[in-house]
Amino acid sequence: MAYAAGVDVGATQTKAVLINEAREIVGRSLTDTGANVMRAAETAFAEALTNGDIEEEAVEFIVGTGYGRYKVTFGNTQVTEISCHGRGAVHMFPLTRTVLDMGGQDTKAIRVQPSGEIVDFCMNDKCAAGTGRFLGAAAVALDLPLAELGPTALRGERAVKISTTCTVFAESEVLSWLGIGKKIEDILLGVHESIGARSIGLLRRVGIEEQVTFTGGVTKNAAMVATLNKRLGLSVNVGDEAHYMGALGAALFALDRIVAGRAPAHAPGGAA
Amino acid sequence: MTFTAGIDIGSTYTKAVIARADGVILGRAMEPTGFKLAAAAERAFARVIEAAGLARADVAYVVATGFGRHQTAIGDVQVTDLTAAARGASHFFPGTRTILDVGGQTMKASRIGADAKVQSFRLNDKCAAGTGAFLEKTARYMGYTTQEIGPLVATSKTAVPISGVCAVFAESEVINQLSEGAAPADIMHGAIVSLVDRSMQLMKRVRMEPEFTLIGGILRFERMSDVVRGALGADVNVPPGDLVQFTSAFGAALLGQRRLRRLAAEAARAAGAPGAPVGRTT
Repeated sequence: MAYAAGVDVGATQTKAVLINEAREIVGRSLTDTGANVMRAAETAFAEALTNGDIEEEAVEFIVGTGYGRYKVTFGNTQVTEISCHGRGAVHMFPLTRTVLDMGGQDTKAIRVQPSGEIVDFCMNDKCAAGTGRFLGAAAVALDLPLAELGPTALRGERAVKISTTCTVFAESEVLSWLGIGKKIEDILLGVHESIGARSIGLLRRVGIEEQVTFTGGVTKNAAMVATLNKRLGLSVNVGDEAHYMGALGAALFALDRIVAGRAPAHAPGGAA
Repeated sequence: MTFTAGIDIGSTYTKAVIARADGVILGRAMEPTGFKLAAAAERAFARVIEAAGLARADVAYVVATGFGRHQTAIGDVQVTDLTAAARGASHFFPGTRTILDVGGQTMKASRIGADAKVQSFRLNDKCAAGTGAFLEKTARYMGYTTQEIGPLVATSKTAVPISGVCAVFAESEVINQLSEGAAPADIMHGAIVSLVDRSMQLMKRVRMEPEFTLIGGILRFERMSDVVRGALGADVNVPPGDLVQFTSAFGAALLGQRRLRRLAAEAARAAGAPGAPVGRTT
């Protein structure tokens, strides 16, 4: 049995996925990227091997993706995260036409063909507003763990309008609303709505076509999912593997290469 | 002698100055603004009165300025930070025609006339990358405090290029530069260069003219004015020492003095009116 691997080195977290020839996920791992990007990639890959109980030698092809894809020095090749997210999303939800990937430092809107090929994409490459970092800033300001942001916001009733665009200034704004006596729940609801509005702006630029699949680390935030559904007036696909979508896409590209590598060798020889 | 106070409630610090009728500064005080703006203004006012050796009743007129000027009940009147800055900068450097004010969370460029009136201005308070917060964040990513920026960057000879598009994205950039062996001082220098690039865009939009006067908390880092000087290819005025941070508060106090003189003149005219000029002309 041959295996293919995808390693997605994100700005905040590094994800690795191993798949078998049946395109099933057999191992995965997640680690903080930190300052040593190369080591994060190695760690994620090693942990995915352990997770899947797979020997390193059995992995025939490795694709690196994400902003740190060139630091996956053990990878055989690199594919952009745009392609990988599109591929992964279509694999998990074949009717996907639009992908919203919300990560730690960037948000991407991607429109795909039924084949998973990219038609168009748009991302915030100049500004961290409307990314996971905006939530991170709110978490720091309110001294709440990231995992509690969503549940807390869902208890909000009257969203506080966040006027700041800049993630750095959002921290001060959140504190000043708290100082004025606004409820944490309502402030956080406002923070989610602000990010939701910005990401929908990105989606509109590529064109929103159903189904919409939501990927990336922020998918774990239930309030973000609810905000997107409400604002889009539809229900976005969020799979259990949403966080691993880029790595999964990379692994699928790796598997393509394994299969392609075999074809010429097998065809003439095997037939004889 | 009449005394006036100027209180400048800035995004990061609140500054207060007491001025004498002849424009001499009697005292100044600075407090972190925090999130309770009225309390910060109150503290700065109490401290500046003490520093000047006065009692509250001695201060005849108070002018509030800065982004938090409407949050305090202390001022007799409020003026915009641009108006106050223009007055203060012109007092220090009468030839001032362009002012660049770089604060903790804002950057402002304005062009003023010989009468110290603002003719054109542009400001950025929307994106941290174009404000002092960019330097503060860059320093923090490297484990330095804001206070350490000045001494740190003073040792740099060459700037490492830092793209100033986003103060959040700068973090990965700074970490990458550090891991490739760049010196923190040179990275800091690079952040200043990129902030100055942003300031040039603002200054171009107000159609800058010499003389240039630089004010605001970020100008206490000497490297900042050096880089601006280099980018402009022209000399710049910088108020000495920490006056650079008090220019707007001082300008507000000076506007208070002007207001008092006008009020006094009006009172005199009203008192003298019934008899003299009116009677003679009719």
